[in-house]
Amino acid sequence: MTDPVIRISDMNKWFGTFHVLRDINLQVAAGEKIVICGPSGSGKSTLIRCLNRLEQHQEGIIEVEGVSLDGSSKNLESIRSNVGMVFQQFNLFPHMSVLENCTLAPIWVKQKTKQEAEALARQFLERVRIPDQADKYPGQLSGGQQQRVAIARALCMNPDIMLFDEPTSALDPEMIKEVLDVMVELAEDGMTMLCVTHEMGFARQVADRVIFMDEGEIVEENEPEAFFSNPQNERTKMFLSQVLSH
Amino acid sequence: MSAKTWIPTPARPAPANTVGFVGWARENLFATKLDSALTLVCAALIIYLLDVVFGWAIVDASFSGEDRNACLKQVQGACWPFIDAKLGQFIYGRYPEMERWRVDWVFALGLIGLVPLLMPKVGFKRANVIFMLGFYPLFAFFMLTGGRFGLAPVDTSDWGGLLVTLVVAVTGIVGSLPLGILLALGRRSELPIVRALCVGFIEIFRGVPLITVLFMASVMLPLFLPDGVNFDKLMRCLIGVALFASAYMAEVVRGGLQAIPKGQYEAAAALGLGYWKTTRLIILPQALKLVIPGIVNTFIGLFKDTTLVLIVGLFDLLGIVQLHFTDSTWATPETHITGYAFAAFVFWVFCFAMSRYSIFMEKHLSTDPNQ
Repeated sequence: MTDPVIRISDMNKWFGTFHVLRDINLQVAAGEKIVICGPSGSGKSTLIRCLNRLEQHQEGIIEVEGVSLDGSSKNLESIRSNVGMVFQQFNLFPHMSVLENCTLAPIWVKQKTKQEAEALARQFLERVRIPDQADKYPGQLSGGQQQRVAIARALCMNPDIMLFDEPTSALDPEMIKEVLDVMVELAEDGMTMLCVTHEMGFARQVADRVIFMDEGEIVEENEPEAFFSNPQNERTKMFLSQVLSH
Repeated sequence: MSAKTWIPTPARPAPANTVGFVGWARENLFATKLDSALTLVCAALIIYLLDVVFGWAIVDASFSGEDRNACLKQVQGACWPFIDAKLGQFIYGRYPEMERWRVDWVFALGLIGLVPLLMPKVGFKRANVIFMLGFYPLFAFFMLTGGRFGLAPVDTSDWGGLLVTLVVAVTGIVGSLPLGILLALGRRSELPIVRALCVGFIEIFRGVPLITVLFMASVMLPLFLPDGVNFDKLMRCLIGVALFASAYMAEVVRGGLQAIPKGQYEAAAALGLGYWKTTRLIILPQALKLVIPGIVNTFIGLFKDTTLVLIVGLFDLLGIVQLHFTDSTWATPETHITGYAFAAFVFWVFCFAMSRYSIFMEKHLSTDPNQ
């Protein structure tokens, strides 16, 4: 096995006195797709937010592509420009056009020229199937379109790893599919992905591994087939019976 | 089962008496009996006020004359010749008449630089900003104070009228916005010492009246400076006004900063943008846009507060108008009110212009289709 691109060992995190992540150990190989699920408050979002230090862990080691997240701002900068993130609430910049949203970081972080950045942005907007919305503002787009812009914006930094934090939870049902389709394509192209989601269909189709978290711990992890057909843990069985019941 | 084609019901025009002027009046002016009564009372009030103002300012007013005799009529209205005779004083103060062209140049160049800057459609914004913030202040400084380039020196104690009002207001506005932004950012900083300094500054300057600040600047400050070190009284007032306004500005800007969702900071951080880039590119453009009304409100307040420099012996527009009430050549019962009306009108023109421009900018910058 090649070296893992993400290595988390014995990681712990507290919010004040609340122990939100407990003894997390996880390794992710290049190109691997991981789906993280679990009830709300189980720490799954916090876990992936620790990977680009939107949240700081207090104990243990997190290494992304061999670079340790230890509070050094140089390391953080290098990790953040290689790890893309997509949020539940899209978090597009409302005062900028779609194209400007996509070119901002390549220009200001990667020092690309405006022409290069725009060419790249148009290419990714094409890929998420909204090339014709480039000059609109986020407020003029539907939720599904906004989330696809958010994915394109992250891809414009040419990340090696993509983090998805419940990317479809804030969407109307009609729009979930268009976002998932883009994510499936991305997975097929070999991107390393960590995805917090409740879309079990997506997990079955795309994931190499499904991780179930509860109370800040990784309770169970397995290949999707085994995970869904033969969950080992009592807690996992209960959760799956809740989410798969209809 | 064969699919049916669905045809939407065609739209019908609205009933005639609900649209157009009749519809508007019916809905807005005469919707209920109370509405109708209020409409009539208010209309009567408006007509009465217009009649009073129009009668005083136009119908019964005097328009020409050399001295007070022009305004001593049976029915008394505004004494406009007073304004006419004193206009030079009102604009320039005691600035020597031979040198007033220098002030005109400063006004004219300021206008030439400012107008295209305020129009979003005109290009060359970067060059324009460099011109207005780099070249223009130096130009205005050397032109107005003189003493170099063959210009006769004019002491700032001879400046007055609209010139002083504009110098104080413009310096206050230009100085307080960037300083206020820095203070607001400092107040939200995670560094405790920076935060404490900013909070201290803001609370001290907001906690004292502007008059106190001006007194401190003009009377107290020289006592603390070593002998021989002395800088101009007008300059000290400019600094005092700018610092005072920046404390208010900081709180306005902080309101905008607090309205920016956490997700914006997180998205910027996840893209690898650092604090200053995030602040400059993501946070401030949104925060400042949100608080345009508050910023302009502070500017308008500042503009009117310039009248307080009278307290420390500088004659702004209002101060100089009041000064000329004592001129016996123009002692009439209407001199005071005419002078005040003139000063009020000039202030109103500037403040109203700022207000309208703020509304225009809010609309221009809006990217939200639901507004």
